[in-house]
Amino acid sequence: MAQASTAVPSRAGILGARCQVLSAVRSFFLTNGFVEVETPVRIKCPALELNIDAEPSGSMYLRTSPELALKRVLAEGIDRVFELGPCFRKGERGAKHNPEYTMLEWYRRDADYLDILDDMRRLLPFVFEEVTGTTRFIYAGRERDVTGTWPVVSVRDAFREHAGWDPFVSFDADRFDLDLVDKVEPHLDCTTPVIMKDYPVALAALARRRPGDPDVAERWELYIAGMELANAFSELTNPAEQRERFETCAARRKAMGKEVYPIDEAFLRDLDGLPPSGGVALGIDRLVMLITGAESIDQVRTFV
Amino acid sequence: MFSASDLRKGLKIETEGAPYVITDFQFTKPGKGQALYTCKLKNLLNGSTMTRTYRSNDKVGKPALSQKTLVYSYVDGDQYVFMDENYEQVLVSADVLGDDRYFLEEDLEVEILYYNAMPVEVTLPNFVEKIITKTEPGARGNTATNVLKPATVEGGYEVQVPIFVNEGDLIKIDTRTGKYSDRVSKK
Repeated sequence: MAQASTAVPSRAGILGARCQVLSAVRSFFLTNGFVEVETPVRIKCPALELNIDAEPSGSMYLRTSPELALKRVLAEGIDRVFELGPCFRKGERGAKHNPEYTMLEWYRRDADYLDILDDMRRLLPFVFEEVTGTTRFIYAGRERDVTGTWPVVSVRDAFREHAGWDPFVSFDADRFDLDLVDKVEPHLDCTTPVIMKDYPVALAALARRRPGDPDVAERWELYIAGMELANAFSELTNPAEQRERFETCAARRKAMGKEVYPIDEAFLRDLDGLPPSGGVALGIDRLVMLITGAESIDQVRTFV
Repeated sequence: MFSASDLRKGLKIETEGAPYVITDFQFTKPGKGQALYTCKLKNLLNGSTMTRTYRSNDKVGKPALSQKTLVYSYVDGDQYVFMDENYEQVLVSADVLGDDRYFLEEDLEVEILYYNAMPVEVTLPNFVEKIITKTEPGARGNTATNVLKPATVEGGYEVQVPIFVNEGDLIKIDTRTGKYSDRVSKK
């Protein structure tokens, strides 16, 4: 059995691993029938989300995610699509955040968030094998493995167990964020990847409600070594409901004194023709951190 | 009051009725959630530590701190005696000083930080000079600066010094790190 890969401390090693990660990701999607696209980085209408702020660029904005554009590509009839490229989020700076970062997103027609989870379960072992020769790795002093069974925990159960309340009974966004960071996330640091799924609808602006259980949005988050790596949805494909959610969000942003972005009418128009679809966004920098053992996002980007 | 965007490592805040210094600071933002600032805090009065997470619109208390320049005089048991400009004595306990107590010498000027009337922090000049009282002799002619050996300086503080430093030499110590900085003069 191959040894678990250990940290690659040198800059050349980290940049080399980063380049291999990008190459392995492309190879995975191309062999699985996905089309790689490049959608605009400068856009007029960043997705309206309560806590994601876009950086202005002249009279436009730098994208916070290619999500809306990629769903429009699906609506054109392309079955499987992915994009790798820079995204920008204003004011996000920390050991795991940089205002400019690299995102991988992929979307599939006639799929839901659990189909996307199957893709993820195949993608990560493939990338680790390609880059390091093994699916085992050491991060934050602990040996881990991206193969095997990934525990799946619902938001409701995780909050009941670790925070002592049920966010579906009375939702409180402030309390949710604080308890998530202080009480829940520390329990998601395991030797395998962990999936937390099924969020209150208020926390998934672009996700579908679960059929028959309208309080639950079909969203999951992937955690590895306690670090949030990816966020997936069964996409909301109902244009009327999507417009209503954008409008609610716009009103709340306005009340908070935040900039309100125009609603992306072309996106809503195209959404009309979209079958049930699933998609996910994964932070490439954080994936490189896990693979190389880097503690800070600054170490895995060429420059910051 | 401070706002959350003022928070950073080293800032002194007041929370839950006591003054704290932020010893570690992390920006976090759970997926789709709001920006959060997780701070490790050290109590300036008793040294106890805790972690608190603040939201971006939270306000954080500013402690009533004042600072005064005093001059070190002498030690009395585990109390260190400083004088202000009116020759009033101020007593500071050894645990507030930590390793800085080894660097004190008569007439050294220091900055003392008070919370209400209580001294909570003493800041020394960035560098102090001390004579080496004990160290093994290094190999003759070895001028390497990256090979270190233990040495004791006057007052009993132990520090790692380069091989070429000998007993009787005068060295400069950085009080912020407690480490050897350079050699001032040979014996």
